[in-house]
Amino acid sequence: MQHSSTQDTLVGLFVAAGIAGLFFLALQVSNLSSFTEQEGYTITARFENSGGLKVKSPVSAAGVKIGQVSNISFDPKTYESVVKMRINSKYNTIPDDTTASIFTAGLLGEQYVSLEPGGSGEYLKQDGKIEITQSAIILEKAIGQFLFKSAEEKK
Amino acid sequence: MMDFIQYLGRNTLSSFTKLGRATFFLLHTTAGIFDILPRPRLLLNQLYSVGVLSFLIISISGLFVGMVLGLQGFYILSDFGAEETLGVMVAASLVRELGPVVSALLFAGRAGSALTAEIGLMKATEQLSGMEMMAVDPIKRIISPRFLAGFISMPLLAALFSAVGIIGGQIVGSGLLGVDEGAYWSQMQAKLDFQDDIVNGVIKSLVFGFVTSWIALFEGYDAIPTSEGVSRATTRTVVNSAFSILGLDFILTALMFGDD
Repeated sequence: MQHSSTQDTLVGLFVAAGIAGLFFLALQVSNLSSFTEQEGYTITARFENSGGLKVKSPVSAAGVKIGQVSNISFDPKTYESVVKMRINSKYNTIPDDTTASIFTAGLLGEQYVSLEPGGSGEYLKQDGKIEITQSAIILEKAIGQFLFKSAEEKK
Repeated sequence: MMDFIQYLGRNTLSSFTKLGRATFFLLHTTAGIFDILPRPRLLLNQLYSVGVLSFLIISISGLFVGMVLGLQGFYILSDFGAEETLGVMVAASLVRELGPVVSALLFAGRAGSALTAEIGLMKATEQLSGMEMMAVDPIKRIISPRFLAGFISMPLLAALFSAVGIIGGQIVGSGLLGVDEGAYWSQMQAKLDFQDDIVNGVIKSLVFGFVTSWIALFEGYDAIPTSEGVSRATTRTVVNSAFSILGLDFILTALMFGDD
């Protein structure tokens, strides 16, 4: 048919540009490059109140993201929130007496789990449990307590 | 009163028969796709006229949409001191919604209308009947390669649109308005998920490519073979494609991003 070799080149360029766009989106824009879920191990922590924590919220240690929350459920026997976290297998030396706390990034930011390593020589493994936890700080509750307290003091 | 009921009945029947014809047309077209394999040149020609010729309008529109998003997003986000999340806003809105939808609308206007007019004119000048006389199936020879080309081009064009738009947002956001470039990219990477955002966007654009090519080719094939009939068919292609794209987008969004 008509002038085929330039056409071939242009179609080739078009397809290559489209695929490059897809790769750009996959690698540069999304989290595909930074964290793959397959490699990692799961640990569990029980919180009195997990606040606004969601699945996929980050889990960090010393401010560095080392994993993410994979599941949150309610235990009807102990009335606690059971948070499962998937930790990148690179970080396999977390002591088993680590403390897990739920913090908020900024005043109104998202909530995340912060791990503070203890001093034990034993490390957490697949299905390990974190015993010492600190619940999320509920802002409304804190404000309520503060107002209540300041009203008491005025009396 | 009787007239109105008759009118209603006639319209209902004709729209159902049209839907039936469109379905048979689609089955016939998809069956014809396997006959392209020995003749890749047919597909290549169509990829050129459907994809390559839409390339420029898609990338320029993408650039400007991204730049506008960067500008508007910056004005609103800076009220809350959250300029750093500009990247997330631009990328999420492009990848999830604007990329697939706007590029499909442009595609319907640029390539869909051309396909309808081309096939409608082929029908009006009896080229399609001529092919049948020579025992060449016009659906296999003419329609199927165009359909496949539209189906392949659409996700590529949508990905290009989003990619160029994100770069445009970055040019305006960190080039002109002073958002930190590292924050722009890193916040984006932290918040956008490959599976939930990118793959769903690609699925959307595949669906839109399928529907727009189907509508454009069927309207051309089904056009009344006069110059007025072809012009009406072209209009119907653009209008119906726009409706189906926007309607389907709502349904797909509700299915994909429903529970988070």
